[in-house]
Amino acid sequence: MDIRLENISHSYDGFEVMRDITLDIPDGRIVCIVGPSGCGKSTLLRIIGGLERPSQGRVLQVGEPPEDCLNPLTYIFQDFALLPWRTAAGNVSLVLEDHGIRGAEARRIIDDVLERTKLLDFAKALPKQLSGGMKQRVAIARALAVNPAVMLMDEPLSALDSQTRELLMDDLISLWERQPFTAVYVTHNLAEAVRLGHLIVVLSRRPGEIREMVQIDKPLGDRQFSDSELEEYQKYLWQLMRDEARAADAELLHV
Amino acid sequence: MQSYSMSDTTSEPNSRIVSFRGGGFAPKPLRFVGFIVFAVIISIAEWGTRAGWISALTLPKPSDVLQTFHELYVSGLLFKHLNPSLTRLAVGAAIGASAGISVGILIGLFSYIRSGLVPVIAAIFPIPKIALLPLFVIWFGIDEGSKYALIALGTFTPTAVATYGAVDNVDRTLIRMGQSFGLSWFSIVRKIVLPGAMPGILSGLRVSLAIAIILLVAAEMLGAEYGIGAYVLEAGSLYDLERLFAGVVILSLLGVLVSTAIGVIERHLLGWRS
Repeated sequence: MDIRLENISHSYDGFEVMRDITLDIPDGRIVCIVGPSGCGKSTLLRIIGGLERPSQGRVLQVGEPPEDCLNPLTYIFQDFALLPWRTAAGNVSLVLEDHGIRGAEARRIIDDVLERTKLLDFAKALPKQLSGGMKQRVAIARALAVNPAVMLMDEPLSALDSQTRELLMDDLISLWERQPFTAVYVTHNLAEAVRLGHLIVVLSRRPGEIREMVQIDKPLGDRQFSDSELEEYQKYLWQLMRDEARAADAELLHV
Repeated sequence: MQSYSMSDTTSEPNSRIVSFRGGGFAPKPLRFVGFIVFAVIISIAEWGTRAGWISALTLPKPSDVLQTFHELYVSGLLFKHLNPSLTRLAVGAAIGASAGISVGILIGLFSYIRSGLVPVIAAIFPIPKIALLPLFVIWFGIDEGSKYALIALGTFTPTAVATYGAVDNVDRTLIRMGQSFGLSWFSIVRKIVLPGAMPGILSGLRVSLAIAIILLVAAEMLGAEYGIGAYVLEAGSLYDLERLFAGVVILSLLGVLVSTAIGVIERHLLGWRS
């Protein structure tokens, strides 16, 4: 299933945050959206998943989601959004219960996703007992459980320390290699973008417009930590963004 | 490597150990301290009344109060008073608390109900419910009805206020998460809003159940032959200090019991809090 964004513009109380964004998210690819702070990249992600209405334009699902897909557009949040009163397995179970999946079938799915995210030994742990990286793994397991057509990832690694971030990037790559998924990955971290993105969309500062799209053809599995080719891409992206980021940083916040 | 000495002076010339200035501001429960405080207060009272520097009109002898309590127990009157009181407390508080929790959740969820009921609750809250007792007797009868109503109304307002505050404080990102996974409205309320509001609801119950015990005594002012409240009020009007204090001790114990019970429920339900 592809996602197509057609001429999305958005403003909050007459305050324009993004302008005329048209973008195709092809099946089985990871599209990274980068941009200076306040360029509306998280808002764009909420619009794609239907948590917010754009002022203009529309988001289309092209084609059918896979048959056993319970929730085609599934988020992974920056702050994990786990229910603190449920165990790791219980948090995964939450999103199955509403689809009437209980008992043995639920257990099979929960065990499968916890195994894929290396969490089987932590099934009964409460979020307060887990490290940040583990919590985000639970959130990834929960997203995998509904077998999404598109994963919408909102700075999923930003709340983690840099070592955990590296580990989780490796995990995401191996998950993708095992079963390629479609994802929109919003980040301000260019290193994450060049490691995980097949396509990198650079937004300008507010009102956010697509400034440039950079395609990286190197297969995800061949991309290594501090790969010189990737660093070239990263340098190029930073050059695109630097002046915008500086100007965005100097702007007053409108709250 | 340099080794650190324990004394204030160090072998290094012109140097001293940085003094500790952190710590504190983290009170821990020490159970025995509470018992010691009670024991000290009671022994001072006993000593004072025996020695005579506390007159018999000021305070009864704690040992006499204990004696009265013992007689109350032996004669079987204790349970004759306790049973109706506990029933009134349980029924009234159950009605008030469940209505308060339901209304509080509705206020926390719907704009119209919030705008309509928050001023109403603000208007009911400061009314001394005791003043309404004669009215309740007319509305609900001199029997149990007026007593249930008084206790229920008294517990309703603080529970409702605590509950809608707690619902307001439920993490919105969790609710967005529920919506993003396509959970139904009812599932979101039951599985996210309600457990998320539980800490606030339980601490609200601590307050409202204490108020329920206060109102129990007030409710037994009119038309109650038996009941702890009736017993205390009768002893008070006869200036029978031993019986008055025996009744007060029972009410205090009831308060401690309720508070302990909520503590147990909190430990059981809120173990997930970090």
